[in-house]
Amino acid sequence: MIRAARAILVKDLRLELRTKESVPAMTLFTVTVYVLFHFGLDRDTLEGSLASGVLWVTLLLAAVVGVARLFAAEREQGGIDGLLLAPVDRTALFVAKAAALFLFLCAVEIVALPAFALLLLGPDLLEPLPRLLPILLLANAGLAAVGALVAALATATRAPELIMPLLLLPLLVPVLIGAAEASEPLLRDDPVADRLGRWLGLLTLYDVVFVLLSVAVFDYLLED
Amino acid sequence: MPALPLDEAGKYVAGAYVVFFTLIVIYVAIIGSKIARIERELEELNEEVGQGPSIDDGPEVRPPDQMAGLEAPRG
Amino acid sequence: MYSKGFRPLSIATVVALASALALVFFYAPNDADQGFVQKIFYVHVPMAIVALGGWVAGGLMAIKHLRSGDRSWDVRSYVAIHLSIILGVGVLVTGAIWARASWGHWWVWDEPVLVSFLIVFLLYCVYYPLRFSIEDPERQARYSSVFAITAGAFVPLNFIAVRLAESFTHPRVLSQTGGNLPGEMRLTFLVSLAAMTLLFVTLWKLELASKNASAQLKRLRTKLNARLAA
Repeated sequence: MIRAARAILVKDLRLELRTKESVPAMTLFTVTVYVLFHFGLDRDTLEGSLASGVLWVTLLLAAVVGVARLFAAEREQGGIDGLLLAPVDRTALFVAKAAALFLFLCAVEIVALPAFALLLLGPDLLEPLPRLLPILLLANAGLAAVGALVAALATATRAPELIMPLLLLPLLVPVLIGAAEASEPLLRDDPVADRLGRWLGLLTLYDVVFVLLSVAVFDYLLED
Repeated sequence: MPALPLDEAGKYVAGAYVVFFTLIVIYVAIIGSKIARIERELEELNEEVGQGPSIDDGPEVRPPDQMAGLEAPRG
Repeated sequence: MYSKGFRPLSIATVVALASALALVFFYAPNDADQGFVQKIFYVHVPMAIVALGGWVAGGLMAIKHLRSGDRSWDVRSYVAIHLSIILGVGVLVTGAIWARASWGHWWVWDEPVLVSFLIVFLLYCVYYPLRFSIEDPERQARYSSVFAITAGAFVPLNFIAVRLAESFTHPRVLSQTGGNLPGEMRLTFLVSLAAMTLLFVTLWKLELASKNASAQLKRLRTKLNARLAA
């Protein structure tokens, strides 16, 4: 299973490196939304809960953009039928797609966080950065797992682009809550890690539940 | 906020319970109309089954004796 | 046979509902803080609990469907989820009425149960477009079950998350959804909860019986048409 997952993952990563579709789009989207928030909120700098909220809502929406393209390559080239004819373990497919999305999100954040610090964040970003990292990683894992699951669910419908965000966003609310609440005290002028353990615990619980659930349930999807 | 006086509060409480009962009644009415449709279709089906054999006698509806007669071996 | 035992069930439901109403208006004392408005609690909270339970039950039935391949479990799951969504509308409306009467606003973010419920409700609203935009019936059943399981697992997780968040910004204003109710109120609440649960099960069986009859009728008709055409 691991070999199959790795093969699919490598294929997806190579495709992304070649076509440069998802990651640049997600990154550009994120920066654009920061600019929108500047005008929408009419603020030059943000800090604390406002900064945390803007940061995380934008990342969530960028994840939606990424999920929309997750199975696109397979859909467009009719490849998904080819994949399914081969005796590929559905679990391997899920692991590969979720891993790809996870890596895409990490890549986006490498650019998006400095951009956020540059454009909107008042307090310094470098100081709380080590404590922000686990939040980012755990949140990305949740976004990736649920994103892959919802992408697969939506492919069967007639209007996947409509159904997918409607399904995805409510499911991601706990991730938003955990990540935003955890980041909020870190994005102040005097950053403190306030109750960080509690929110990391919530994110971990969410990740564990949804990874296990997706692995268990993915076999019943994309079966034809 | 201090507690509302009884006459005002009564309207809100009544409103809440009315919402609850209205939802149930609407639901039962919808199921009722579905059952009415089922009854109508059953009546139609019964009519069709009642008429069936007289209109639609196919070649297979034939007493066995006639078949035996037709199948007399040729010498 | 979905309508087996239907009569005793519906009688029990009517008795429970009538008793609950009687207790609410003639037995339970008025709340010290909220006054008469607190009576809404006896219809709003049981509806919420039963709706959430219905959604989780729908998820469990969906698991049975996927494991057994028996599509009747998917139908049971669908009806449970569908009924809970209707109850969910009731929860949000009565919740808004309660909020307005207690705090003057039609919506408040203070009550984590209500907020969490809104998120779950929004999620389950997508069940219909998801389900009905998949044409192949077997696929529709399978994907709906996957959704039901995912959403069912989401319900407790979401509740935990919202509860954690709200407890730090808004101190719990209402402790009544907890267990510390005075005796008469507790009895009234439990009877109301039992009545709501019985009502749910009755309506669930009712709709299943109706769907079953309709499906059998369709099969009969196709069989009859085939025979007539031959």
